[in-house]
Amino acid sequence: MVFGSSQKAAQLADDVTDVIPVRGRSLMHDAYTRFTRNKAAMGSVIVLGLIVLFVILGPLFAVWSNEEIDWDRMGAIAEQGAPSLENGHYFGLDELGRDLYSRVIQATRTSLLVGLVGAMTALIIGTAYGLVAGYVGGRVDSAMMRFVDILLAIPLTLVIILLLVIAGRSFFMLFVSLDAVGWLTMSRIVRAQTLSLKTREFIEAARAAGVPETTIMIRHILPNLIGVVIVYASLLVPEMILTESFISFLGLGISEPYTSLGKLIAEGAGTMAYGTIWQLLYPLFFYVTIIITMFFIGDGLRDALDPKDR
Amino acid sequence: MLIYIAKRILIAIPTLLILVIASFFLIHFAPGGPFTSERPLPPAVLANIEARYGLDQPLWKQLWDYLVNVFLHFDFGPSFKFKDRDVNDIIAQGFPISLTYGSLSFIAATLAGVSLGVWAAIKHNTWIDYFAVSLGIAAQALPNFIMGPILILVFTLWLGLLPGGGWNGGQWQYLIMPVIALSTSYMGNIARLTRSSMLEVMNSNFIRTARAKGLPTRAVIWRHAMKPTLLPVVSYLGPVFVYVLTGSVFVDLYFSTGGLGAAYVGSALTRDYAVLLGVTILYGGLTVIVNLLTDLAYAWFDPKIRY
Repeated sequence: MVFGSSQKAAQLADDVTDVIPVRGRSLMHDAYTRFTRNKAAMGSVIVLGLIVLFVILGPLFAVWSNEEIDWDRMGAIAEQGAPSLENGHYFGLDELGRDLYSRVIQATRTSLLVGLVGAMTALIIGTAYGLVAGYVGGRVDSAMMRFVDILLAIPLTLVIILLLVIAGRSFFMLFVSLDAVGWLTMSRIVRAQTLSLKTREFIEAARAAGVPETTIMIRHILPNLIGVVIVYASLLVPEMILTESFISFLGLGISEPYTSLGKLIAEGAGTMAYGTIWQLLYPLFFYVTIIITMFFIGDGLRDALDPKDR
Repeated sequence: MLIYIAKRILIAIPTLLILVIASFFLIHFAPGGPFTSERPLPPAVLANIEARYGLDQPLWKQLWDYLVNVFLHFDFGPSFKFKDRDVNDIIAQGFPISLTYGSLSFIAATLAGVSLGVWAAIKHNTWIDYFAVSLGIAAQALPNFIMGPILILVFTLWLGLLPGGGWNGGQWQYLIMPVIALSTSYMGNIARLTRSSMLEVMNSNFIRTARAKGLPTRAVIWRHAMKPTLLPVVSYLGPVFVYVLTGSVFVDLYFSTGGLGAAYVGSALTRDYAVLLGVTILYGGLTVIVNLLTDLAYAWFDPKIRY
């Protein structure tokens, strides 16, 4: 009988040698758990999801398109234009006799798009700029950051208006001008984080191992920036929507046939004295809901990804 | 400290210069000048007009003249649209109004925000705290252009208490709604900032020491906790000032207060570049100065900063 061939010994050997793999808890996994425990943030995600769903599926239920004019009711909007299920104008009519339901969907889509695309572009530009400035350091860094400081010292909304006036009001220019100012704060945050990261041991180790500088930047520093970047980007989304709505409210944003929530609110606010209050309330409701849910999501992300900063 | 002040001013000057030069070039390379209309003017007339406004000079000469006028004479030149007024007249007429309700809003937002934040922090985790936090978040989602219509709806259309617009020499009835509309969302921001800052300070060691000495809570809060609490708030005042400036554009347009904002949007729509440039530079300059002041205030407030 060979030693260890008994069943008990085999079992023991199995137990000792077979390490049952424990699933590691990564930073992201922890953050995910923390985020899902945050009731306000999770509720906001659901509400925002419903709004997105509404924007996608809403047009299927629309009886009227956003451009059709309901000539029968156009003369008496205050009396006949109120929201009603029977005539298909679920949210009522706007001042020109167009269906507000379709207009609100169109506007919500624009505002969400502005927020997302704007924040994404600002994120990419800001991260790249801040990463280079922080990592290269020295004179390049001071020159790059002085430039940002100078731009930040100017009332940026006025710059956006200036750009829109000069280059013409179009969808493309709106994104360009929003992004022309949106990346500035992001680049400062990323630079600060890069500065503290690049003195860490693991960067030194990578350099000692002969990893090229660009690879260090992309493979070792960039992934460690994600937390900060996501948090700030999530705060940037409502800010972009706010700015766009503000400019559209002033009548300097995108022009017909496009519309955004700020513009609908402006139209509703202009006619609310004539008994057509729904023209203000529907866009206002969507607007405030989007902004508040985004705030909660941003706060939740910050608590989840950066637990010490509370 | 003196060196620090000098350094900050030295940074502010190139900032202003770049602001003026950049805006100047942006506007000069814009397609479509102020004198392009549907019916083209005869070349001779156009040449005359351009000579009148100095537009026939080489660009560097125009820029130089503009810089000299702005920085040495505080003169922003003539308006392109109003033949009898120059930009200085427009600014002199509108700016005092914007400044009046702007500074009132600034003060209101700061005082209300700080009080609300401190109150919430002292009563941490009570219903007062929850109330203040919800109020702060709600206020943040209600920027000026949302508050304006809501206020008019409630106070003018439904209750009939306040006039829906106008200025009337700055009577208080005409001031209330612009100030509330302008200050609400920054009040919310400042309240949340103050609350979290105060909570952090109240948990720090030196506050525990002060409490352990047996100081009454009132003295702990006012004499020890207040100054460090206000540090992040002070650094946020610069941005708040910018927001108030920008928001005044909305207030002037919506409440017809007659301030500079209406002239700004009007000039943007009619491409009156002289006014647009003048107001942008004025607001930019003010922002640079206020940022400078907040930096200095911050240095004075923060015992850790020594220059």
